[in-house]
Amino acid sequence: MNFEAVKSIYMFEMARMRRTLLQSVISPVITTSLYFIVFGTAIGSRIQSVEGVSYGAFITPGLIMLTLLTQCIGNGSIGIYFPKFTGTIYEILSAPVAMTEILLGYVGAAASKGLIIGVIILITASFFVDIRIAHPFMMVVFLVLTAVTFSLFGFIIGVWAKSFEQLNLVPMLIVPPLTFLGGSFYSINMLPPFWQAVSHFNPVLYLVSGFRWSFYEIADVNPLISLGMIGLFLVICLSVIGWMFKTGYRLRS
Amino acid sequence: MAPIVSVQKLTKTYGNGFEALKGVDLDIEEGEILALLGPNGAGKTTLISIICGIVNPSSGSVLVGGHDVVKDFRQTRSLIGLVPQELTTDQFETVWNTVSFSRGVYGKKPDPALIESVLKDLSLWSKKDNMIRELSGGMKRRVLIAKALSHEPKILFLDEPTAGVDVNLRREMWQVVEKLRANGVTIILTTHYIEEAEEIADRVGVINGGQLLLIEKKTALMKKLGRKQLRLELSEPLTALPASLSAYDLTLSQDGMALLHDYQSEDGQGSVVPLLAALAQENIHFRDLSTRQSSLEDIFVALVGDKA
Repeated sequence: MNFEAVKSIYMFEMARMRRTLLQSVISPVITTSLYFIVFGTAIGSRIQSVEGVSYGAFITPGLIMLTLLTQCIGNGSIGIYFPKFTGTIYEILSAPVAMTEILLGYVGAAASKGLIIGVIILITASFFVDIRIAHPFMMVVFLVLTAVTFSLFGFIIGVWAKSFEQLNLVPMLIVPPLTFLGGSFYSINMLPPFWQAVSHFNPVLYLVSGFRWSFYEIADVNPLISLGMIGLFLVICLSVIGWMFKTGYRLRS
Repeated sequence: MAPIVSVQKLTKTYGNGFEALKGVDLDIEEGEILALLGPNGAGKTTLISIICGIVNPSSGSVLVGGHDVVKDFRQTRSLIGLVPQELTTDQFETVWNTVSFSRGVYGKKPDPALIESVLKDLSLWSKKDNMIRELSGGMKRRVLIAKALSHEPKILFLDEPTAGVDVNLRREMWQVVEKLRANGVTIILTTHYIEEAEEIADRVGVINGGQLLLIEKKTALMKKLGRKQLRLELSEPLTALPASLSAYDLTLSQDGMALLHDYQSEDGQGSVVPLLAALAQENIHFRDLSTRQSSLEDIFVALVGDKA
């Protein structure tokens, strides 16, 4: 195991975050604050509570998940796409580094960034609403598993993408609708039965529901099923990456 | 001594069906400087990329330091430093960070003193805290060399190192190469500038159309394929060559004012002396004479031209 290489890639990626502190940290904080002002305060003041929790507090886990997903996919994809784009990938491919070590460096950094921002949002949220965490350990498990899984997903997109347009396609076009329709801002019990059934095909529902359960013990689906689903996405992502590494797909011709 | 790089029956066909290498055999000795010549698209970069691990071979094998480049990639890649053809750099990094990163990726513990000496050798020390995008093209080329040297490779690949580089840097670069060679580093370079190969290489290989056309000691190559030409500037124009001179390989220039004679430099007897005697007999006088030896470039053009 080439730990020195994993560390180098990880630190190199984290250094980019420090360099772009403004975009990396400040902008998600501002975005989330806006959500709180619009949904939590303006609209939320007219909604008494959802399943016994104040609306502002209810949407907090969903908002954290929304940011976590976007950040992890974004960081995970740009991390590997950028060297491909500039050509500096030659160095990583010609270094004595196994693909798993490359993955560990890039995905580790992307997940770390996502987690840091997730925690910052949680702290930000605590200024707006009363946060109560019923199962802190499970909350961390959900947070870490989601960060890792979606950083892996980002990595896949980064390897696949041949242009910046393709790179942005998934985070811009697919993630927001899935998050908005995944129960971030409402309980799916509020939906008509048909849309409730449809929602169960939305992977984000499981993430948000499980994560919210760790806060308030209210869930749209059984938290164990949520955990199982995240585990399933994790395995799927790892399998796809395994296949990519084995075939050299768009990395090593 | 076993070769440090041994390429056997190497082929590469890319996904789009392009056959970049069609069975290349090549042994590179430890400590030598090998120049690979060839036109664009000849397969030079593909060959280097396979040895360095960037491209997977379709068939055949490559051993570096006795290890297979696919199976034992850790051992082989640790030995190799690569300076790519394109100026691919992390534009937003500082020189110091990007060179230190290279060392880390190769699994080596940080060594600021070593990085310092590498940067100083390449006249990059004053730029160490500059972002790479602020540097000129030549400076970026130095950064790429510094990155390749940051992990103390035993084998250095320079892919078209002097493309777009000014005279100063070229001279400095060859100084670095000489220093590395003195330390026993094996150096493989590809180049379009044939004078360069002529000047610094021990051996020269010529690649075209995915095949290694020849590989030979530079001196032997020059001897074997080097032709000499004698040019005689005549005092009086000639309209035709006298029949008595037909035994010699002679051509008359268009204006009839010069005679050109091609001969092998290694001819035991040499045809120059008898030719001059024959000319005197025919009463043909000349006012000047010059000889020219073919350069590696002529040899190269002749070789590649023949096969094309």
